[in-house]
Amino acid sequence: MRPGELIGRWPLLRQVREGDAFGLGRAVQSTRTQELRPRTDAAQHVVQSICPYCAVGCGQLVYVRDGKVDQIEGDPDSPISRGRLCPKGAASKNLVTSPSREYKVKYRPPNGTEWEELELGQAMEMIADRVIETRKATWQKQGDSGAPTERTMGIAMLGGATLDNEENYLIKKLAMGLGVVQVENQARI
Amino acid sequence: MGSNMAENHPVGFQWVMEARLKGATVMHVDPRFTRTSAMANLHVPIRAGSDIAFLGGIVNYILENERWLDEYVKHFTNAPVLIDERFQDTEDLDGFFSGFDPDKRIYDTSTWHYAGMPVQETAGERSKGGTKGEQSGHGAQAGHLAHGEPPEEDETLQHPRCVFQLLKKHYRRYTPEVVSQICGCTKEQFLEVAEALCENSGRERTSAIVYSVGWTQHTVGVQYIRTAAIIQLLLGNIGRPGGGIMALRGHASIQGSTDLATLYNVLPGYLPMPHAEKDTDLAAYLDNHAGTTGWWGHFDAYFISQLKSFWGEHATKENDFCFDYLPKIDGDHSTYQSAMDMIDGKVRGFFLFGENPAVGSANSRLQRFALASLDWLVVRDFVEIESASFWKDAPELETGELKTEEIGTEVFFLPAASHVEKDGAFTNTQRLVQWHFKAVEPEGDCRSDLWFVYHLGRKIREKLAESDNPRDRPILDLTWQYATSGPLEEPSADQVLREINGVGPDGSALGTYADLKPDGSTSSGCWIYCGIYGDEENKAARKHPGQEQSWVAPEWAWSWPLNRRILYNRASADSNGKPWSERKKYVWWDGRKQKWVGEDVPDFQEDKPPTFVPPDDAEAEDAIAGDHPFILQADGRGWIFAAAGLMDGPLPTHYEPHESPFENPLYSQRANPTRQLSPRKENPYNPAASNAYPYVFSTYRLTEHHTAGGMSRTVPYLAELQPEFFCEVSPGLAEERGLEHGGWATIITSRTAIEARVLVTERMKPIVVDGRAIHQVGVPYHWGTRGLTKGDSGNDLFPVALDPNVHIQEVKAASCDIRPGRRPRGKALRELVESYPSTLEASA
Amino acid sequence: MKPGDGVETYGREAQPRVGFFTDTSVCIGCKACEVACKEWNLVPDDGLVWTGNSYDNSGELSANTWRHVAFIEQEAPDPLKRGKHDFRWLMESDVCKHCTHAGCLDVCPTGAIFRTEFGTVVIQDDVCNGCGYCVTACPFGVITKRELGGDGGMHKCTLCYDRLQDGMEPACAKACPTDSIQFGPLDELVERARERCGDLVEAGVSEARLYLADENDGIGGAGAFFLLLDEPEVYGLPPQPIVPTKNLGTIWGAAAVAAGALAAGVAAAFLGSGK
Repeated sequence: MRPGELIGRWPLLRQVREGDAFGLGRAVQSTRTQELRPRTDAAQHVVQSICPYCAVGCGQLVYVRDGKVDQIEGDPDSPISRGRLCPKGAASKNLVTSPSREYKVKYRPPNGTEWEELELGQAMEMIADRVIETRKATWQKQGDSGAPTERTMGIAMLGGATLDNEENYLIKKLAMGLGVVQVENQARI
Repeated sequence: MGSNMAENHPVGFQWVMEARLKGATVMHVDPRFTRTSAMANLHVPIRAGSDIAFLGGIVNYILENERWLDEYVKHFTNAPVLIDERFQDTEDLDGFFSGFDPDKRIYDTSTWHYAGMPVQETAGERSKGGTKGEQSGHGAQAGHLAHGEPPEEDETLQHPRCVFQLLKKHYRRYTPEVVSQICGCTKEQFLEVAEALCENSGRERTSAIVYSVGWTQHTVGVQYIRTAAIIQLLLGNIGRPGGGIMALRGHASIQGSTDLATLYNVLPGYLPMPHAEKDTDLAAYLDNHAGTTGWWGHFDAYFISQLKSFWGEHATKENDFCFDYLPKIDGDHSTYQSAMDMIDGKVRGFFLFGENPAVGSANSRLQRFALASLDWLVVRDFVEIESASFWKDAPELETGELKTEEIGTEVFFLPAASHVEKDGAFTNTQRLVQWHFKAVEPEGDCRSDLWFVYHLGRKIREKLAESDNPRDRPILDLTWQYATSGPLEEPSADQVLREINGVGPDGSALGTYADLKPDGSTSSGCWIYCGIYGDEENKAARKHPGQEQSWVAPEWAWSWPLNRRILYNRASADSNGKPWSERKKYVWWDGRKQKWVGEDVPDFQEDKPPTFVPPDDAEAEDAIAGDHPFILQADGRGWIFAAAGLMDGPLPTHYEPHESPFENPLYSQRANPTRQLSPRKENPYNPAASNAYPYVFSTYRLTEHHTAGGMSRTVPYLAELQPEFFCEVSPGLAEERGLEHGGWATIITSRTAIEARVLVTERMKPIVVDGRAIHQVGVPYHWGTRGLTKGDSGNDLFPVALDPNVHIQEVKAASCDIRPGRRPRGKALRELVESYPSTLEASA
Repeated sequence: MKPGDGVETYGREAQPRVGFFTDTSVCIGCKACEVACKEWNLVPDDGLVWTGNSYDNSGELSANTWRHVAFIEQEAPDPLKRGKHDFRWLMESDVCKHCTHAGCLDVCPTGAIFRTEFGTVVIQDDVCNGCGYCVTACPFGVITKRELGGDGGMHKCTLCYDRLQDGMEPACAKACPTDSIQFGPLDELVERARERCGDLVEAGVSEARLYLADENDGIGGAGAFFLLLDEPEVYGLPPQPIVPTKNLGTIWGAAAVAAGALAAGVAAAFLGSGK
């Protein structure tokens, strides 16, 4: 930094020059402060979303920077929420970036005492095998009354109210194809 | 009532606060003084489990004081309809309706029908079957009317067998004095609520009733809501702006998951799952479930279009459109039954999609035993929830009841993508289907559930591809061709939504369910969502700013059906089609244009005049008269008297909770006689009216947390706001039991004992019932063994005791004991619990 | 409301003074303000401590809690309710007051605290050395040091100074579900608040009052003022806050002469250190 520039940044000089003798306002602003802008200005894109907590369905704006979620706040365009959020909705970025989140498949073998690592692809193969085996072993052609049921009572599913509609539909469709009738979600609870 | 809206739906509550600032009266009738009570003009504390007595009192008040909206009641409801002469009321039979079978503890509901009707199965409903409610709640009701009008009615409402007179008789003992006696509020408090509600209803004004799980989570929960429906129909508050009964639902897409049917008893769009014994083929199924009149008259088109969505070209007229591919139900296959079947070794494999039964379900202790009995378990969640980690940290390990090395469950934990990491739609509590766009790619192994289900299905189909076993045809013939994109091969949610919408013979997206055909030429995964992709536009993704539209904001997202924002909105006009008042104008008949017009999409045939009288041979919607707005009902009327569809009675009746410290002051029959009990070793009950359990307790949520805690106990900014499990007690109870504010208490039922920090507060007022002060213990249920803040689970204390219609558990009112100090550890915990009385009797 | 001390340094670039009106009569105690503030300002969590004090587990304003919702359970009649009620639950979202005469600003020896062109008072993280003079100078106890795991600096509400640059509303006010926290030009807010308070008093809420909306009070009025339903003490607020540096102006006047004499020497030292 050249001496002229440096002396120009000397607070006392700025206080005098900028009419801020007591150093209360403009003169004491650091360069960082002077350049301060909302960090959402730097977002590469903004996506309209919906809060994942309760069923009010508040609108959210998701700001993305460097491929990461940088901020989530209310969407003022939503006629439901008018840009407002509750503490949970307001904590949505904290949710999606929570240190508690898991990013790797975990596997616990029968009678195991610790989690083990497992590749996602292998986990999918194993789960598909489990479904096929259990379905075969528990296939029920008839119910207690003798009426045809064509189903498995050996597999059950639970959950869906925190999922998307499309996911629920596909779960149900797959279950119908597999003959799984015990498909349930939080609406029952 | 039964809702803590300010705490659990704070952003929705902005509209209540705004209404209050404009002069609306906000009344909160609830056992606890909550943040909602603090904001209300009136808080009336009542005993948990006494709501039907309170609401029934309002019905009686309306009838005694002639406060009903006469024109609405006569034209829009079934008040004038005559009921079968064999019908007997709880007033006649001391707490039972006619048709009760004491051995099976179920009703034969045939005597509850409209007089003069052939006794038939009602559409979508197995009301006189031998099993319990497995298809109840949805589907067509009272099908097989000869035409849209019931056989016998009395428009003067005077006939002793007309619904109106039966209603009067049923509720005449629900006087303000009796309400006060049962509910523990004063007569004056009750009268103030009843009067305010009547005063604010009529042509010029409407009132809304809001409820949540404070109503549903009872052994007589469905009837709570029915009582509110009766009040709103009498007062003319349904189908009108500012009116209605609002169910505030607690998960982002709990409505969507109900619509799209991850429930065992329904297919998407509330089509009943076929029943093994009765729905033996397509013809039988349609005959059993289709209505003749009303919009369920097109049941065959909705159902066959759905089969076409599932099985595509394989579904042909010749093979009953693959009807036989659908698995059949023949009993209660709800989640509590499945859990018990896990313990009994019948259910071996289990998928959990964002749900945590080890904390969130009633008798979560039983749930953990169930998980520990499985062969394999797949958990998909953001975080390692208790239902994934039970094998190493369940409380039953500490008591020695479970041992890690002996738990044979193979567990797959698969991390899930969050809402910002995938495209898709949530359906909110108002049926509004709102799209959320993907913002970023999920990291690591995180995947959407769409990805998981699609690829799992793909793999299973690959592995079975060579199979010639007929069992495998349904999975191999399933339409399962979804476009994937990106490095993760994510299937297209947009394409799935288009399939849900459905397509016509030319392959283009349909615009309305009215275009669905029963001949296999159309497909639609869920008929009530038909139109959401009309004109090939994803209408759920419409984000036209609310401030640039009318107050109804029809271009923000899309609501089912057909983007109607208020259901049955033809009722917003009087019987002649004129707005009830200028103030409450919404949808009305425009005589010049000869059509229904207004702020919303009319929920009525657009060109059917209010004077329309259906000819005798009319079917489906054509059989509904122009002055009957409730077009899904076979008679187009709002049902004050539920002639079909319910397991436990056509009119709501006050019953005590299963575990109540009281007898029923109105009838010798104490509790709902058809409530569903499952006594077994893991699910004992507290004996009725036992001195060992002198207190009433309820669980609930806090603003700062979410359900079973997986999305809040793990989030630093939320965990710090309510960082410890606590119970709430009154100063009186604290004194009675020596509980110290800020100290610890142990709460005990016959299931288990848990410990919580003690918050002594004036907000927990004892309720004086029958001259006896009843203390209540309040327990937020968000905690478990994991997360940033840990604690015992309130749901461990509850039994599985269910509503017979919908199999929902009673966790809003049970009995308990409480004592100071922390609970015992290890085996001593079980010793304490076993020193208390319990019963395995399923008494009526 | 008067402009805040120091805003005159912006000359014609000074903006209309903005602030918060917190109407506690519609606060539902949801704490959205606390969380929205933390999300935007990247404020760390404040520890998992259960206080047993009603639903308040944040305790007080601090370096890690810039909005704090107080919960007061009171055995008192509630004039906002119909009929007889002998209990009420008051909730209030507290925040830095952005005083007209701000003690923290007056005493800050490093120039870390400054008055913005919007009339708000902000601590600059990159300048603050954590000396703590501001802590004792604040009559409301708003400021503390971010100790463990933090930068050792002092922190408090900035009234989202960065957001204001783009005309965005502060995060807490934007999130507030019931508009209990309102943001805007201070003069408009004061006018709106007086009307609201008048309505309440007329409706029988005789204890309703505005707090810190008077420019003649001990801090010259505040940029964040409140509508309360009871005495300020009930909410843990000082009834008559006075800026401890009230007489500082005259003291500084005397010191100015000496300071001027020193200036040349300091300038030389400053240049020397820049090599």
